[in-house]
Amino acid sequence: MLRFLIQRSLQNVLLLWLVSMIGFAVLYLAPGGPLTQFALVPGMSQEQLLKIAEQMGLNRPIHEQYFEWFTRLLSGDWGRSFRDGQPVLGIIGSHLWATLELMGTSASIAIFVGIWVGVLGAIKRYSLFDYLATVGAMVALSIPTFWFGLVTIYIFSVKLGILPAGNRYTIGDGSFLDHVHHLIAPSLVLGLVTVALWSRYMRSSMLDVINQDYIRTARAKGAPERQVLVRHAMRNALLPMITVAGLQLPTLLSGALVTETIFTWPGMGRLFLDSLSYRDYPVVMGILVLSAVLVLIGNLLADILYAVADPRIRLN
Amino acid sequence: MRSIRVWTISMGERAPPTLVVENISVGFRRSGKLVPAVHDVSFSISPGETLALVGESGSGKSVTNLAIMQLTPPAPRSEVRGRALLTCKDGITRDLISARREDIQAIRGNEISMIFQEPMTSLNPVRSIGDQIAEAIMLHRNMSKRQAYKETTDLLALVGIPDAAKRLDSYPHHLSGGMRQRVMIAMAISCEPRVMVADEPTTALDVTVQAQILELLKRIQEQTGLAIIFITHNLGVVAEVADRVMVMYGGRLVEEATAAQLFEQPLMPYTSALLNSVPRMDMAGRRDTVLEAIRGSVPDPASQPAGCTFHPRCNHFVPGRCDVTQPPLETAGDGRKVRCLRWNEIGATA
Amino acid sequence: MSHAAIQADVAASGEPVLQRNRAIDRFMRHKLAVAGMAMIAFLLMVCFIGPLLLPFDDLFIDIKHRFAPPFVSVHVLGTDPLGRDHLARLMMAGRISLSIGFAAMLMAVVLGTVVGAVAGYYGGVIGAVLMRLVDAMLCFPSIFLILAIAAFIHPGVVSITIIIALTSWMEVARVVEGQMKSLRERDFAVAAELMGGTDRYIIFRELLPNAVGPIVVAATLNVANAILMESYISFLGYGIQPPTPSWGNMLNNAQQYLERAPWLAIFPGLAITIAVTSFNFIGDGLRDALDPRLDH
Repeated sequence: MLRFLIQRSLQNVLLLWLVSMIGFAVLYLAPGGPLTQFALVPGMSQEQLLKIAEQMGLNRPIHEQYFEWFTRLLSGDWGRSFRDGQPVLGIIGSHLWATLELMGTSASIAIFVGIWVGVLGAIKRYSLFDYLATVGAMVALSIPTFWFGLVTIYIFSVKLGILPAGNRYTIGDGSFLDHVHHLIAPSLVLGLVTVALWSRYMRSSMLDVINQDYIRTARAKGAPERQVLVRHAMRNALLPMITVAGLQLPTLLSGALVTETIFTWPGMGRLFLDSLSYRDYPVVMGILVLSAVLVLIGNLLADILYAVADPRIRLN
Repeated sequence: MRSIRVWTISMGERAPPTLVVENISVGFRRSGKLVPAVHDVSFSISPGETLALVGESGSGKSVTNLAIMQLTPPAPRSEVRGRALLTCKDGITRDLISARREDIQAIRGNEISMIFQEPMTSLNPVRSIGDQIAEAIMLHRNMSKRQAYKETTDLLALVGIPDAAKRLDSYPHHLSGGMRQRVMIAMAISCEPRVMVADEPTTALDVTVQAQILELLKRIQEQTGLAIIFITHNLGVVAEVADRVMVMYGGRLVEEATAAQLFEQPLMPYTSALLNSVPRMDMAGRRDTVLEAIRGSVPDPASQPAGCTFHPRCNHFVPGRCDVTQPPLETAGDGRKVRCLRWNEIGATA
Repeated sequence: MSHAAIQADVAASGEPVLQRNRAIDRFMRHKLAVAGMAMIAFLLMVCFIGPLLLPFDDLFIDIKHRFAPPFVSVHVLGTDPLGRDHLARLMMAGRISLSIGFAAMLMAVVLGTVVGAVAGYYGGVIGAVLMRLVDAMLCFPSIFLILAIAAFIHPGVVSITIIIALTSWMEVARVVEGQMKSLRERDFAVAAELMGGTDRYIIFRELLPNAVGPIVVAATLNVANAILMESYISFLGYGIQPPTPSWGNMLNNAQQYLERAPWLAIFPGLAITIAVTSFNFIGDGLRDALDPRLDH
């Protein structure tokens, strides 16, 4: 197990470095480079621009700039927001929790539902349920999340009035119940894609497992079918799902951005868009890089979990 | 290592059978059509007896036994007809084929158990071997968890796994093929079944390990009176373990006899062809004997030849008879059975 | 014997049917995929030919008939706040969205194939570095990446297409790399090498043609994704800018009128869903058709 984890960690470090390079490349891809946002400020003269350029070290060779930027990143200095001058990392941090809360709630429910739909689909392969679940999953993956959110708001908030149309709290009421009330709609909207993906992957994994010899051995022992399915089949089928969970993170984050926009949820995604509209470059880049780092951390956690859960890796 | 076996059991002296299988037929559904895999097979087995089921791949030998335990794919993907009457430990005789789900689950592992060919893949890779054996015990025997694990340790020692107590937490990937098969055997005998089906248990193992496993099975059988249905395509193993032998071809029973009778004088040409294709020590160095392979190959169950299924590959084929009439299973005296139109015309072959 | 072995035993003998016919046959049996193709054909026809047949120009502003609901008047799908015919606008938007989808796919496939082919064929350090680059790119949530780039350039149909392509080539690269790695070991590839074929020849004339199946599947799914991505960024305001219509920015405009005129939001979203679903069905059908597995 140790060897596996060390290998994975090294790979992730390499990826982290590559991610930082890509982030830096995006920084410079914008025509005009990082000066763009300054150039757009009215009344900016050419010499002021040059002075800023020198201050930012933009006249130095590119690898030096990258190195400096990277070291600053590692030390926690992610720059300061153009809007209020606050440290970028701090601003992001204050919004991060809301996003994690949304993602966490949504993923928990969606994964649970998705797994059982997938298992049922695998057991009753080619039945009506399976067919509907498969088609339903494909359609669910094709629905634009923001559209689904709008439709949900229209039905449940505008027409039926039973769910709030946005925000995390009702002003004046900060109770837990109110909080949960506000979480329902965004979690479900965000979770649609997760349910669809997990049901398909789980079905596929179960089908692989159910035809294995050891399932037949379990039946031959006289184990009741439910025990065979849960203790033997699902136990094995869930292992690859851990890896799937890690691979789903970027999609989940993207979905979170859109969901936060529709439901005016005060998370990282909303912050990203707000900063974008203000051309607050440091915050935008900060979130971009942080999201990739979160994905890497998530994948590393998934790797660790997998190593622990699979005895073939845990012990030798 | 045994090279001479005393045939103590002949047809007349058999104890009342534990398992009586009557007219088992099994068909599989592929793209809508029902393809028959087993045609009307009947046999019985008594306590302490080893019945060998011999045939090439595709002869239906495994399917027959899976059908008995309701382990074939559920309808409509497969169809099973016939009866399998098992005299259980409580004295009641039940038909396994038509048993309800709860009943067959109570019987599997408890009254009749099965071990399989691939020990590599027949054990759950993410559960310890202790868990898997104890699971079998707790399903059928009224024991607490602690008792079950204690029993598991004893079983592991019984089947010859060293350091049994420490091995409880081992996982299948820690063990060699032979050890895994011992674990399978331990699991199979854990609830003291009356019958065990051994589906090619040694085929995937080295020859030396093979001998050990056969030895182990023999020992268990002597101690407990277990009846073993031994499925194999290896005639050497048959000579080693079998009291009686059944030969299957194309999903049908084509010959049945005691091991002694079969090896001395096979009646069905397929059986003699099988025997002739096995290299023997006393043939070494001799120039006048030829190792015969049976020409042709096993027919596709979906399109079997007319008449006798074996006729395209038979050295004694007579056109007009063998390709027209499907031979019935006839009794051939002394408790033997044979399915061949010409069995008493053909002389004894060696 | 294992279950699989028994069933393989029982498998009917195969008739000598052409591999390609079998694949087409399997595809046709996949009813959803066929429906998908029909739907895409329908959408393409509607969007590209439809506007020529409609009496209303999508730009024709008619304040008197603004916010007309669908199905009641001659404006089949209603009108928008400026009285423009909704159906006409949907068709014109469809031209843009579908074209971007296809074009982005083409670019992504070319880029992904080149990267994947080089990585898969040469392997070693080059292959490892390239694939790690692919992995690193995949760590970025696509929308974040697209928006970060799109916000700082002047958005137009071409630039948006390029950006979408730049963030979706990775999947294709993975597929191609995998294919190259396995195909490279096959006999015909070794033979070509022994015959003295240049690397470029082997890659493009021998190996890639054999990988066409999975590439086509990946490409189909890529179109679905591209259409979805365009709608996302246009909805957020950083994609196609009005007055050029796209399904995404139509939805953006419709947001504020959700209560008053929900059809303005429902139909564009429906159009996107139908288009993307159809491509997903086709991709799924293609995947099954090209997969030489026996058990069904």
